[in-house]
Amino acid sequence: MALFSKQNKEVFTNPLNLDHPILGQVLGICSALAVTSQLKPAIVMGLAVTVITAFANVIISIIRNTIPNRIRIVVQLVVVAALVTIVSQILKAFAYDVSVQLSVYVGLIITNCILMGRLEAFAMQNKPWPSFLDGVGNGLGYAMILVIVGAVRELLGRGTLLGIQIIPDFCYDFGYVNNGMMTMPAMALILVGCVIWVHRAYFYKEK
Amino acid sequence: MKLNTNSNAYIIVYSAILVVIVAFLLAFVYKALKPMQDANVELDVKKQVLYSLNIRDLDGAAAEAKYAELIEDTLDLAGQKILMAEVNEEPIMIFEMKGMGLWGGISGYMSAHFDSKTMKFVVYGAYFNHESETAGLGAEIKDSQAWQEKFIGKQIIAEGADGKDKVVLSVVKKVEDPETQVDCVTGATLTSNGVDEMIKRTFGILTGEYDLGMDEKELEKLMMKACLSDKDSISDAELDKMIKVKKAEEE
Repeated sequence: MALFSKQNKEVFTNPLNLDHPILGQVLGICSALAVTSQLKPAIVMGLAVTVITAFANVIISIIRNTIPNRIRIVVQLVVVAALVTIVSQILKAFAYDVSVQLSVYVGLIITNCILMGRLEAFAMQNKPWPSFLDGVGNGLGYAMILVIVGAVRELLGRGTLLGIQIIPDFCYDFGYVNNGMMTMPAMALILVGCVIWVHRAYFYKEK
Repeated sequence: MKLNTNSNAYIIVYSAILVVIVAFLLAFVYKALKPMQDANVELDVKKQVLYSLNIRDLDGAAAEAKYAELIEDTLDLAGQKILMAEVNEEPIMIFEMKGMGLWGGISGYMSAHFDSKTMKFVVYGAYFNHESETAGLGAEIKDSQAWQEKFIGKQIIAEGADGKDKVVLSVVKKVEDPETQVDCVTGATLTSNGVDEMIKRTFGILTGEYDLGMDEKELEKLMMKACLSDKDSISDAELDKMIKVKKAEEE
């Protein structure tokens, strides 16, 4: 089987559109709402989830035939927890301020429904390479929404992107005010709702 | 031969091996990254001290250098840390503070100096940190620079009606005396109360309202020593003598 056969391509692109973890399956909402008040933590969180989903998928896929059926969820959790702990330690060592900002949410990746969902639904039945693609696809799908929501919230809530001021000073002189509501988690829920609405209206097609 | 992956023996052996492998892996990662993490934490503390001196835009090596340039000495009074700094040739004391917020610990640094005009002991700058306060409410003590800047210039210690020094700086719901009071964070009364109590306890050491459990004479010696320029070469006997002279002068 070729590395990028039609099947494998579908495995990778489906979670970006038709089978999108947030837009299609509405998984992983809690962390998507919590870490998107600024763009930078949203990007880091998206990357962390992508890396963890991809590698957890690969590891589980490699050992899938040895896993006793009765304790498969436990084994999946151990693998995910180990990966999450490693990522959180690496963040603390190389990006301390980001890890402080993400605080508990890195630890909560362990319980991110996207991860468990992909392990149980995909990696347990498929070979390592498609599992890897599936993990990357789902992670990127999740990261995409985080970045969109994070960018809108930071731009409207603080007038900056990645900490750099975007809205010029003269707008403030004319009476423009940052929308404090945007920094609250409630607005993230509304924004995710809007993104799902646009996606359903323009991109989503029934199979 | 196909193993029976559902037998009890297999499950027990499998989980044991898995756990041991993961444990070794995590222990290795933790040990390998520990020195870098410790360095990050140390740098973060230094940055917090600089924040309390109203220096907020430095990062990494620049903060390290600035810290080394400004901070001259560290005093440890039975666990209460006081840092001595010199900014623009003016001596400033930075007090480390620790207290309780609503959900967890809060901490902070408050720098203080004698106002050159009024000769009152006032706040030079403040920075607060928290472990797990609610974002947007209690967490504002850390996130809102504007709130921290409200402290600047407030009087910390004043003489009470009975002639004894008292900590007057406080965080209150309704500001009646703008000289000494700071408006609390809306929606975070309990966290603000925590900040108030933390300030009272830290500066209570100076006024004697809060007992460190340290011998009074020892404390006096330490404070005296901190004010001297040639503090390393001075002997205990000389310090005793100076304290006696100072007391005689006061009387």
